[in-house]
Amino acid sequence: MADVKKHDTPMVDELKSGPWPSFVDDIEQRGFNGKQACLDLLGQLELSYKHKETHWKHGGIVGVFGYGGGVIGRYSDVPEEFPAIAHFHTIRVNQPASKFYSTAFLRKLCEIWDYRGSGMTNFHGSTGDMVLLGTSTDQLEPVFFDLTHQMGADLGGSGSNLRTPSCCVGKARCEWSCIDTQDICYNLTMTFQDELHRPAFPYKFKFKVSGCPNDCVAAIARCDCAIIGTWRDEIRIDQEAVKAYMGGELKPNAGAHSDRDWGAFDIQKEVIDLCPSQCMMMDGNELKINNRECVRCMHCINVMPEALRPGLDTGATILVGAKAPILEGAQLATVALPFIKMDKDNDYEEIKDFVDKVWDWWMEEGKNRERFGELIQRQSMQEFLRRTELKPIPQMVKEPRSNPYVFWSAEEVEGGWKRDVKTFRARHAA
Amino acid sequence: MDNTNIAELLAKPYDKELAEKLYDPKKPMENRITDIGPPHYEQFFPPVIKENYGKWKSHEIVQPGVIKYVSETGAVCFAVRCGSARLITTDLIREICEIADKYCEGYVRWTTRNNIEFHVTDEEKLKALLDDLNGRKNPGGSYKFPVGGTGAGMTNIVHTQGWVHCHTPAIDASGVVKSVMDELFEYFGSHKLPAQVRVALACCLNMCGAVHCSDIAILGIHRKPPLVEDDRITGVCEIPLAVAACPLGAIKPATVEVDGEKKKTVRVNENRCMFCGNCYTMCPAMPLADGEGDGIAILVGGKISNRISAPKFSKLIIPYIPNEPPRWPSTVKVIKNILEKYSENANKYERLGDWAERIGWERFFEICDIPFTEKSIDDYRLAYDTYRTTTQFKWSVHTD
Repeated sequence: MADVKKHDTPMVDELKSGPWPSFVDDIEQRGFNGKQACLDLLGQLELSYKHKETHWKHGGIVGVFGYGGGVIGRYSDVPEEFPAIAHFHTIRVNQPASKFYSTAFLRKLCEIWDYRGSGMTNFHGSTGDMVLLGTSTDQLEPVFFDLTHQMGADLGGSGSNLRTPSCCVGKARCEWSCIDTQDICYNLTMTFQDELHRPAFPYKFKFKVSGCPNDCVAAIARCDCAIIGTWRDEIRIDQEAVKAYMGGELKPNAGAHSDRDWGAFDIQKEVIDLCPSQCMMMDGNELKINNRECVRCMHCINVMPEALRPGLDTGATILVGAKAPILEGAQLATVALPFIKMDKDNDYEEIKDFVDKVWDWWMEEGKNRERFGELIQRQSMQEFLRRTELKPIPQMVKEPRSNPYVFWSAEEVEGGWKRDVKTFRARHAA
Repeated sequence: MDNTNIAELLAKPYDKELAEKLYDPKKPMENRITDIGPPHYEQFFPPVIKENYGKWKSHEIVQPGVIKYVSETGAVCFAVRCGSARLITTDLIREICEIADKYCEGYVRWTTRNNIEFHVTDEEKLKALLDDLNGRKNPGGSYKFPVGGTGAGMTNIVHTQGWVHCHTPAIDASGVVKSVMDELFEYFGSHKLPAQVRVALACCLNMCGAVHCSDIAILGIHRKPPLVEDDRITGVCEIPLAVAACPLGAIKPATVEVDGEKKKTVRVNENRCMFCGNCYTMCPAMPLADGEGDGIAILVGGKISNRISAPKFSKLIIPYIPNEPPRWPSTVKVIKNILEKYSENANKYERLGDWAERIGWERFFEICDIPFTEKSIDDYRLAYDTYRTTTQFKWSVHTD
């Protein structure tokens, strides 16, 4: 055992038992393997368990030269007791799209982090970065030089900038992906490096890319600009496979319900009746879909993946403005562009043009710490459509408004708003 | 720097002295490489993934945690999914590398929900990999790589930093997650629920995870208004920013006497505080954390997928559970109860929120035996949208 000191942590130690992977055991073992920071972290956590309060100080601005993001300052408020974690800054490292790694890459990262940091990480942060947890200010530039020179890696976003874009597994391993999620994610990340590293926005801005409406990266709930794959032609049907599901030869939902007896598969009850737009029917032994009425919810495709596949005229629906509750309440993203082709050959020009208009408006009108979705709420959907030069269509709303308080403009009204009260009174005595 | 092909760069041994040689604080731009972005993803694909990119035809979950993908070319790939604590050390990452080198040609992947995925192409290797993973345990007995997280079960809990590394939390994250996952472990490695159940934890209202749209959300909340450090506030924050931070206008500028000296500070209208913590985010001299005041709120019924019903928010059903480190027994019990009641009563494919809407929220509270309080009635923006404006409701314990 290396020369390290374990603190007395009776409460934290209770989290070693039980079947789920114990972060306590992992961190303690790393500590015994020579990292006092790991043992100090568990010691401070024990103190938090005792006080039921955090022992990390608020903020502290640190970073690397030329960047305004990617590093988050963190200091212990009990540094005398736990000196190895007195400075404990976070470094966000931009993950490769969809988080595949070679072991050569991961090992190099471990070497850097063992040498220059605590040996603790988050794989991954909520936004998607590899998160290196805990180092001191003097190590920030060397870590950055190591990452760029020895690994070809770069920092992710933090603060009021573009946050690290992320995407689902996409075409790399999923038959439903209607768009090339990795390529889009990588392309946007590379195009907007300046926005990612140098905070110039009112607040954070996130892109997330999901290949289909199952939305495995939760784009619709989490990001300012969600790119979600979809199609506008017909669901591809293999009628023989439909019959195989009905006959019980194929497992519904790819085997997702295997540990419970739900009875024999019933296509009427499990697929046709659950279709939200009621656009399917059995015609004898043939499954028929009225594709014009389909809302592309993915349920039928999820249940019968061998029989049904998304169409071939694929692209993306763009939705904007999702966020967590702070401040005006949580928002889900709103449909902005119902369909665009995501064209690699023109460098995704259409989405980038749209984003330029979004950023122009937000950077001009957005208040400090106002997310893009909150700007739409404050200045109206109509203003959003004017600024982005989009045509209003019913797909953008759940239902038309129920109040009559329309903001007509003078130009829309015959004769405008200039009137003479004397002329009015000539017709109507006061 | 071309990071579309970094194999050669990675093959070189780590040079511990290089950074100090290259970096000169007096000339910070010298030798600096910037704005290179992430390494290109394609160089990290296992061969079977690279060769079949965009060619996948269908998939099947052959057992919980193991998904078999079939390509149009006839190629087959098994993805083996394992849970992880997310908060992991370099030692564990090296162990993951060792496994990936032994069975997976040196490649590995992480999912959005912090699961680890190993890829193999034949059944013999699959069996050996599964045996190996199941045999790896921590000293305390926990699995290092529990296999599961697929289909109609519970996958890994997306969570935040908590007391381990955050300055604003009301609760711990890793400890609560460990306690909940230990208790619900059987649902991670099985497919016996009506549909998938996505649990998420955020340790304060900032919600660094998407807990606002989860089947079950564990949310850290504060319940005491911020303290104001009059002697420190002007030194650490700008008063107009602190005032503007409050969404309810409960913070006003003030002048007070500290040790006979007039100081600019703020005062909080405590009756208007909704404990969002935004003032503390903007101003370090307004701390909220309090061992007695802080705790957990439970929200349920949210979802993200567009499948069958539209994505929707989680709803607050339990406003407060005290912090109970190290094992949070009350929270664990409540979540287990909701999960079991959902499992017993929902239809196949029906998400937790869709079930609650079908039976009515009055019935949901009755079945789950959760007291309904005024705290579950919205009184923030758009609250009226949640009021019941029809005579259609069900008789329940609340009306009996």
